[in-house]
Amino acid sequence: MEQFLETFFSWEHFKQSFPSVVEGFKTNLSLMFVAEGCVLVWGLVLALLRSGRSRATTPLRWLTVGYIDLFRAIPGLLVIYMVGFGIPIAQVPWLSNWSLYQLAVLALTLVYGAYVAEVYRAGIEGIHWSQTAAARSLGLSQGKTMRFVVLPQAVRRVVPPLLNDFIGLQKDTAFIGIIGVLDGFRRAQIYAGTEFNLSSFTGLALCFVVITIPMTRITDHLLKRDQQRMRVGGR
Amino acid sequence: MPEPPFLELRGVEKRFGDNPVLRGIDLTVAEHEVVSLIGASGSGKSTLLRCVNALEPIQAGTISLQGTVVSGKGVDVDRHRRDVGIVFQSFNLFPHMTVLQNVTLAPRQVLRLSRRQAEERADALLERVGLVEKRKQYPDSLSGGQQQRVAIVRALAMRPKLMLLDEITSALDPELVAEVLNIVRELAHEGMTMLLATHEMSFAREVSNRVCFLDAGVICEQGPPEHLFTKPTNPRTQAFLKRIIAAGRL
Repeated sequence: MEQFLETFFSWEHFKQSFPSVVEGFKTNLSLMFVAEGCVLVWGLVLALLRSGRSRATTPLRWLTVGYIDLFRAIPGLLVIYMVGFGIPIAQVPWLSNWSLYQLAVLALTLVYGAYVAEVYRAGIEGIHWSQTAAARSLGLSQGKTMRFVVLPQAVRRVVPPLLNDFIGLQKDTAFIGIIGVLDGFRRAQIYAGTEFNLSSFTGLALCFVVITIPMTRITDHLLKRDQQRMRVGGR
Repeated sequence: MPEPPFLELRGVEKRFGDNPVLRGIDLTVAEHEVVSLIGASGSGKSTLLRCVNALEPIQAGTISLQGTVVSGKGVDVDRHRRDVGIVFQSFNLFPHMTVLQNVTLAPRQVLRLSRRQAEERADALLERVGLVEKRKQYPDSLSGGQQQRVAIVRALAMRPKLMLLDEITSALDPELVAEVLNIVRELAHEGMTMLLATHEMSFAREVSNRVCFLDAGVICEQGPPEHLFTKPTNPRTQAFLKRIIAAGRL
């Protein structure tokens, strides 16, 4: 038991490794926010391509469906590895000059965009057709109906499942160490490797917990406030 | 050359899959005329209105407004809908927008009015229906009657040439029906051209110039209300009105 506690919860090792782990975690943190921004946009683009009705976009729609199926099936770790190592070797014009950090953003966006597209789509399809009918009957185009009537309602409804995917994304930022980014995971690993103690990882785990849990609470709070505003009427 | 009818439907047919809903509708509505569609549920009243607004494509026939064909392929439906307002049974206000935003959305986005112009127009209309003090509220905080009045105002804000009213009082508590019908009555007096589907027989009788009885996707009989309600000639109209009277609705 003592050995167990010493391995994972050694105060000495924790103290020694924590500053370095936090330094690395800052990379995870910035990666989270940048990737989440990209995912929100990319997921929306995919969802709109997929929910399009016109016949002209049918091939594009099938491509999108294929993309979404594919990237939800491949483990995120694999995509990060293939993008992070493959793209520089493959000498893709423009892309190959990207930094590892940028490639990590790309990989996470590719994977989580597929998840988030499905979340958006569920939200869009959940809006009753009578809302679309009302907007179209006023002369609003399909695009404006989507932008002003359907999407604002859909996004409000999908915030909880969206957040769920974001928590997944945040945790997956720990994978970027494998392509050589010196993030929290890499630094904790280096410490554990030299000192033969995993308290550095406990510190890293703490970092993830401290970031993720308050985020869910804040979102719940914002959602509730928004719903109340609509129910009771503005001031 | 005679002027084309204001609204003209010729041989309009509509099917949902294999299920025919409209089976050859011929109908004209003159400018400033108020025409009521009556008939049992499922007779095609609502579908007819939705077709006039191009919310439903039709399979045969033509619909034209002021001589311009507005049904079929290649029609700019968004342009057409600017001229035709519709009010739905279930209000269909946008729940994430305030009353004012609901009313100004289309004038701003479709007619490209400035925010100020659109709000002035909205306020004037809301004032008329007695709801200007609710302008910053969200639909959920309003009664059904108030919501339906906002929905009427939202359609009127586009200054349509024709208003379609689809059983607009059917979802309302009885004590709220009057406040909505009063607005329709006023619109009729001002000369708004209206085509309405309704179950309110006494209202249809009072407000319309002409009443059409629909049964199984065809107009069985039409005529001035005093004629259609008192001495209908078609046996199906007679049977329908008998049921309505037995239910105490006329």
